Amino acid sequence: MNTLEIQGLRLRLPRTARPVLDGVDLTVAARETVALVGESGSGKTLTSRTVLSLLPPGAVTEGTVRVAGDDVLTMTPDQLRRLRSGTAAMVFQDPRASINPLRRVGDFLTEGLRLGAGVAKAEATARAAEMLASVGLTSAALRQYPGQLSGGMLQRVMIAAALMGDPALILADEPTTALDVTTQAEVVALLGDLRERFGTGLLFVTHDLGLAAAISDRVYVMYAGRIAETGPAEALFARPRHPYTAALLASTPRLDAARGRLAAIDGQPPDLHEELTGCPFAPRCRHATDVCRETAPQQLPVPGEPAHLVSCHHSDQLEDRHQFEGSTADE
Amino acid sequence: MSDPKAHERTGRDAPGRPVLEVTGLHRAYGTVRAVDDVSFSLAAGASLGIVGESGSGKTTTARIIVGLERADSGRVRINGRDRTGHRRGRNERLARAKDVQMVFQDPFLSLDPRISVATALREPLALHFPGRDHAARVAELLDQVGLGRRLAESLPRQLSGGQRQRVAIARALAVEPAVLVLDEAVAALDVSVQAQILNLLADIREQTGVGYLFITHDLGVVACVTDEVVVMREGRIVEAGPTTRVLAAPQHPYTRLLLESVPRPGWNPHHIAATRRAL
Amino acid sequence: MTTALIRRPGLSRIRTTRAPLYLTCLGFISLVTLLALLAPWLAPHDPNGVDLGNALAGPSGSHLLGVDASGRDTLSRLITGARTSLLGPLGVVVFSTLAGVAVGAAAGWRGGWLDSVLSRSTELVFAFPGLLLALMIVSIYGEGLVAPVLALAVAYLPYVSRLTRSLVLAERERPYVAAYRVQGHSGVQICLRHVLPNIAPVVLAQSTINFGYALIDLAGLSFLGLGVPALTPDWGRMVFDGESAIQSGYPLSAVLPCAAIVLTVVAFNVVGERWADQVARRDR
Repeated sequence: MNTLEIQGLRLRLPRTARPVLDGVDLTVAARETVALVGESGSGKTLTSRTVLSLLPPGAVTEGTVRVAGDDVLTMTPDQLRRLRSGTAAMVFQDPRASINPLRRVGDFLTEGLRLGAGVAKAEATARAAEMLASVGLTSAALRQYPGQLSGGMLQRVMIAAALMGDPALILADEPTTALDVTTQAEVVALLGDLRERFGTGLLFVTHDLGLAAAISDRVYVMYAGRIAETGPAEALFARPRHPYTAALLASTPRLDAARGRLAAIDGQPPDLHEELTGCPFAPRCRHATDVCRETAPQQLPVPGEPAHLVSCHHSDQLEDRHQFEGSTADE
Repeated sequence: MSDPKAHERTGRDAPGRPVLEVTGLHRAYGTVRAVDDVSFSLAAGASLGIVGESGSGKTTTARIIVGLERADSGRVRINGRDRTGHRRGRNERLARAKDVQMVFQDPFLSLDPRISVATALREPLALHFPGRDHAARVAELLDQVGLGRRLAESLPRQLSGGQRQRVAIARALAVEPAVLVLDEAVAALDVSVQAQILNLLADIREQTGVGYLFITHDLGVVACVTDEVVVMREGRIVEAGPTTRVLAAPQHPYTRLLLESVPRPGWNPHHIAATRRAL
Repeated sequence: MTTALIRRPGLSRIRTTRAPLYLTCLGFISLVTLLALLAPWLAPHDPNGVDLGNALAGPSGSHLLGVDASGRDTLSRLITGARTSLLGPLGVVVFSTLAGVAVGAAAGWRGGWLDSVLSRSTELVFAFPGLLLALMIVSIYGEGLVAPVLALAVAYLPYVSRLTRSLVLAERERPYVAAYRVQGHSGVQICLRHVLPNIAPVVLAQSTINFGYALIDLAGLSFLGLGVPALTPDWGRMVFDGESAIQSGYPLSAVLPCAAIVLTVVAFNVVGERWADQVARRDR
């Protein structure tokens, strides 16, 4: 059984012309790191929030979102509370914005257990100290206030908080974006260790393709609320089959690339207030033909790579192009 | 693209006379030395990157150069004129604005929400070039940054992040500065938009010969758009030199750490974390 | 924007989540304003015309809302009274807003010693109850509308200046202000042309709420016989004049101006709060 299984998720918001999420299929197995990559407005954050049923007002959903076998979208408020405090936990982008600055770290960590599960204070504190140790902090942090900790240390505290309920799934929404590059490495290393140790599944939401390639087993690339391409990280970055993935890779400024112009993607992602026909990427795509503008592509496996799925009418055309992306994947 | 020969100190023998010279800049907040003995120079029409993490003093340095902060000691010379002191009087203020302009990180906050695109461009024109035909210049600026004329009457909230950053760049160019300071100017943008803006900046430099001072934490951006680079840590410059040399053969362990920290396949975060603790 | 408007405890419970309430209140304010503007043409009788033979008469065809103890037509006095009852608060709000914005903007924008001096002085005013200040000034200068209006304007100034100061402090840190500085605009220019227009909606919302409070305070002074001269029709004065009529068992001439005061105050509160909400929503 997969830790997280999203099937045919469609999400509509009031006053929009098209679904914000349109048929998202996504799975995360135990001990697996899955990256969900996309630009702002692609629906990646909304997808991760839907897993905890943290929906914007007026949202209408279709499809199923199963966490450890139970459908989140049909849960009662009581079941949801248990899900959020136990089975699935979230680590947010800005640790400083998601912690009460006036309460000690210890109170913050033990609150859920004491109020939610009715665990005694001493026991909850012992567990908090244990979790802090597992993220590389000492129990001295229990008595400190958030303002006394650096951004990287605070994000460790947030991860410790996520571990308090012994979750089967951790949702990390851009957990390193607000951190410095060298601190990012620490947090990523830590998340990897914890996944091994506790056997949790990790859904890592990010806009950073390089980071996704570096840390994940599998990658989903989202565009305009749909999964454009998914597959094992190595294959997807070495041989992208969706023009959007390829274009994103080409437009990322890289250390080893020659100086000069980047291959930018012209135009902008489609607006939520405009109806979409055909492939959402067609207006910005160099390979687009009439069929792209008329019918939305089906998600199909790449020949010879059953785990590599792509939603593109012309994915075969990309086969031998974009070899320059291959250089990054060569270890 | 010009590729200056490797030199230890930035810009000293770079082609062209230096348009911006910073010498011995210091700035302390209480006991924290935000900027500690920072010196570099930027040749006319060249592009210099300042790289560092938060707390490295790169943003404070930039703010001192544009006059938003004062230095405790040290000098900022632009086009040979001393621009260190506080701006006194209208003429000095305007002269400094023509020397150096700045593009800020967050395009959602750096534009007045009530002011339309055309007005935002007309304001600096009216201030610096009174009595000229501004309509033509506004249209020219919009073209230069790749914004359609029909967006001229839009308010910032009706524009995307990339479009707003184009407006901010056009507004800075309106003054026709000698140096443009870009403070994390593409950090808040999506990758595909970021590439558009970086290309745009490259085009503008070719057309106008403006010098860039690129403040960024992203080494990929540095590799892409700068000739020379200065690496800062805790207020001090730890390494400086031509970008290609610094990225290919970093001398300082901190520069090496920064380079290793950039995620890529086969990346070893444990090793980086260990190196960082050791440093 | 995190700056909250200053509201008195009793009224802060009226929330404007539903649009009909807001529209009703806006309609009511327009109606009262129209009545005040067109009073000479709308009032069926001379508001000071005494008809002692009809004193304390109930509603009838010629006197729709009855007659007070002195034989004056209540409807005409209500309509004409709207003029002084609205004009007074208007004076208070205009003066306190202009002066408060000037003081608050100077303190917030300039900072330093000027901020300390201005903030401490306004706090001193804050410590002094507005009504008491008005009583003092009226007792020195005697009856009339100008003295209480000035006194209340001074008393209300700190509400506006404190709000303005905190808004300016927040706005000053926004990058667009730094951008204008780098462009070479002068500080005064940036403050007047960009910062003040951006904070204006919030200040106006506060002033709208202040209007209601000023109306209550001025009516209170009139009720104490300290505001407007005795014969001038005014809602607060009418309540005072109607007191004896209540004791005689004819409450109408006192209850109606009371209702007018309460409804107008609530209406201004609801409208001001709604505007503030709209500004907050726009900022998000």
